[in-house]
Amino acid sequence: MCLAVPALVVELNGDSAVVDLDGIRKETSTVLLDEIAVGDYVLIHVGFALERIDPVEAAKTLKLFDELKAMDAEA
Amino acid sequence: MKFVDEYRDGDVAQLLARLIRQEAKPDRNYRLMEFCGGHTHAIFRFGIVDLMPDNVRFIHGPGCPVCVLPAGRIEAAIKLVEENDVILCTYADLMRVPAGKRDSLQKAKARGGDIRMVYSATDALAIAQANREKQVVFFAIGFETTTPPTAAVLKIANAMQLTNFSVFCNHVETPPAMMHILSAGEAKIDGILGPSHVSTIIGSQAYADCCDKYRVPLVIAGFEPLDVIQSVLMLVRQINAGEASVENQYTRAVSKGGNKKAQSLMAEVFEQRPLFEWRGLGVLPESAVQIRSEFADFDAEKRFGMQAIATADIKGCICPAVLRGMNNPDECKLFGTACTPEDPKGACMVSSEGACAAYYSYGRYRAAESKA
Repeated sequence: MCLAVPALVVELNGDSAVVDLDGIRKETSTVLLDEIAVGDYVLIHVGFALERIDPVEAAKTLKLFDELKAMDAEA
Repeated sequence: MKFVDEYRDGDVAQLLARLIRQEAKPDRNYRLMEFCGGHTHAIFRFGIVDLMPDNVRFIHGPGCPVCVLPAGRIEAAIKLVEENDVILCTYADLMRVPAGKRDSLQKAKARGGDIRMVYSATDALAIAQANREKQVVFFAIGFETTTPPTAAVLKIANAMQLTNFSVFCNHVETPPAMMHILSAGEAKIDGILGPSHVSTIIGSQAYADCCDKYRVPLVIAGFEPLDVIQSVLMLVRQINAGEASVENQYTRAVSKGGNKKAQSLMAEVFEQRPLFEWRGLGVLPESAVQIRSEFADFDAEKRFGMQAIATADIKGCICPAVLRGMNNPDECKLFGTACTPEDPKGACMVSSEGACAAYYSYGRYRAAESKA
């Protein structure tokens, strides 16, 4: 029920946006978000964008994983 | 898919799991409750259970809105359709959930009830606009992830003065359910995997009281396998250090304060419901919301004078105990025989998020092998 999927914002129309999810395009409401721009990734749930995905924070998590791999390669 | 595939790297999963095996102390147990059904499925679907040492165990929580909705609420919705000639719009998850007397929304639809599956509350609104001569009721269920969309639609309906649209509100809240499970103390819990998307709305600080009061660590975890395994490692480290704080692994989507716009929208439209019955947990105080009096015209319970219906659960079904983290699904005598996803007897087998459905889909052969 609480599953939400990350989708790319490709078009903005007032209180809604067109998002692209692996080639599938769908209109979604953006009333729950203050700032949203084309190129953002948002979490989509029941036709609403719940939250922007923070690319900086996402990169931090992935960097941790990369460091883990590097440490393992050295071991 | 971006923001999905990167978090499914098998090599990293093995490395994180190895760290868990190294750091989990052999002389103690790590009983971790994954509150959310989405995590239950990730744990089984990606084989995370098999990567864990024997003393790191998952206890399944009640975070599945379909599973915790009492059968009486579904029966009340069926009664509404059959006695008032309304169009009932519902998320598809609810269609096959057993109500009392072996009934369900699906069976009521087959009898001729105008019950329609919708993807979004906005679809229900569109159906009301297209059918002005009929009353349209949206069957709203879900935790805080799903509540703001319902609030948004109620506001739109109010602005449009749409007189043939109303909402049957069954929205529930996560922290009170968590508090209840911890205070009951039936399930021994050493740590909690906090919900992903509920937390995008309510923020990580919403769990602070829970951790302080019951001295239990909580890590908000994303739904992808690496998110879950990394969160388990964070919990193991907190437990080893004797800490009990809220940590956030899912920083790419969850902030400390959550989505303020969604929160203020919820507060504008909804208020605390004094009491609400949960399947498995019983009647809990201040654990759900109801529509504010300013929006009373759109409250289906008031508009149609809907009454509470008490319904007994299916005999032999242990869904209530599963929801409280007391039993595993395969300990139910109906599991996999009388109760399967094709012919479910209990809510936890119907829902794609239910613990029984997860066990049946991904875990039943493992269980059989371990018993052999």
